[in-house]
Amino acid sequence: MSLQDWLFWLFALQAVFCALMVVANPFSRNPLASALFLILCILALAGLYVLLEAFFLAAVQVLVYAGAVIVLFLFVIMALGLQVEERQRFRKPVLIGGIAACATIGAILAATLATGIPKNVSGTSMEGSAEALGRLLFTKYVLPFEIMSALLLAAIVGVVLFGKKEKR
Amino acid sequence: MSWSGFIVITLLKAAAVLAGMLSLAAAAIYWERRICAFIQGRVGPNRAGPFGLLQPMADAVKTLLKEDYAPGRVRKFYFSLAPAVAMFPGLAILAVIPFGSNLNGCPMVVADLNIGLLYALAVNSVGVYGIVLAGYASNSKYPFMGGIRSSAQIISYEVTMGLSVVPLLLLAGSLNLGRIVECQSGGLFHWMIFRQPLAFALFVIASFAETNRLPFDLPEAEQELVGGYNVEYGSMRFAMFFLGEYANMIAAAAMIVTLFLGGWTLPWFGLDQQAATFWTGALHIAIFLAKVKLVVLGFIWTRWMWPRFRYDQLMSLGWRKLLPLALANMVLTAFVLWARA
Repeated sequence: MSLQDWLFWLFALQAVFCALMVVANPFSRNPLASALFLILCILALAGLYVLLEAFFLAAVQVLVYAGAVIVLFLFVIMALGLQVEERQRFRKPVLIGGIAACATIGAILAATLATGIPKNVSGTSMEGSAEALGRLLFTKYVLPFEIMSALLLAAIVGVVLFGKKEKR
Repeated sequence: MSWSGFIVITLLKAAAVLAGMLSLAAAAIYWERRICAFIQGRVGPNRAGPFGLLQPMADAVKTLLKEDYAPGRVRKFYFSLAPAVAMFPGLAILAVIPFGSNLNGCPMVVADLNIGLLYALAVNSVGVYGIVLAGYASNSKYPFMGGIRSSAQIISYEVTMGLSVVPLLLLAGSLNLGRIVECQSGGLFHWMIFRQPLAFALFVIASFAETNRLPFDLPEAEQELVGGYNVEYGSMRFAMFFLGEYANMIAAAAMIVTLFLGGWTLPWFGLDQQAATFWTGALHIAIFLAKVKLVVLGFIWTRWMWPRFRYDQLMSLGWRKLLPLALANMVLTAFVLWARA
């Protein structure tokens, strides 16, 4: 096995193990431990992106998820206090929701695998520079890109509205 | 070059960079105490060795020999993890900083990444965990306040920091830090500080906030939080936070030098071209180190000349003033480049 193969297995196992620990940690039911395992999982995914020569995606993955989103998770976990969650057992609606989400993701994964994995994928289109990715985003995928921005804009407006104090 | 040769040379470079960084951090701690003393009309540490130069070593020995003590109610694992995490970003950022042109044809950067700038921002953004974890693990109110403050502050200023460098990318056309240094060669006024003064100001302010330096050191705030996130820490763990702060400061200074102050180049005597001989290569490294030291001096000087912001002022400055300025600068630069093209 080459160095890349070893690294692939390392990152892949780390990703799966940490993802399991996020939701089913046998040692601790502390939400903070879950959040930290989520960071390790995200770093493993970033490593996999690097092996696919999608360096830009890897850096943005760490920057956005590990650097900002999980910090907000920690912020919320710390601000809410942990005692309730630590004692909480499974509740029915949560369980049903979780199973539904897993089934959906599983169905998408199965459908993707059924369409077949493309042979000899070349990583050259994304190698190193961010230019190719930017070009794709603003030409071929411009519609999904703009829909995403509209969604984010709507979310920002919503947050501002929630954050505003009501005028008496 | 063969794989093994590549690995050996990369390891050598990494070791050299780490050694340089740690000795520079120790020196920065000495300067901080001396400069602070001079500004306040005191003498400062002057007993250990000539001019007190051995003071950092005395400090190191002291913290290493002290009992490794953890208070009773802390969350042990996170309590030990936090200082290590706090050290990480300052050291990891150095991997992509070009600290010289080349020595005998060997490029003086540990990892010449095409997305070097993004890597630096990403690593920097992970740095907040050290303080947040320390605040959480200490299980007491002042560290907790420090941790909460830190997470909000660093996320806020990260946005400004990220947006303030976009005009540079538009001008340089690359995320590679080596390329950004190259496009600043050819004259003093090619330095980004003169082509993008607003971006420079925004980046420096954001760097101060990201490294928790005064006037943005709210996570420690001695007067309100008696030291903030590091209250419960002692001995070597405290020293690691301390060292981490200076490592982060030096990494921020290295980023400022690379992005805005021409990196290892000087616009005179042809020093802005790749070195042809060994000695020019060494001179380039010396130039880079001198620039970094000057910026660190600026960091230290600022600390003792300014009062601290109030927390609401900090947030208002970050979101209402710096962020719109960064966005405006970005759009303006893009417009000017488009109009010229």
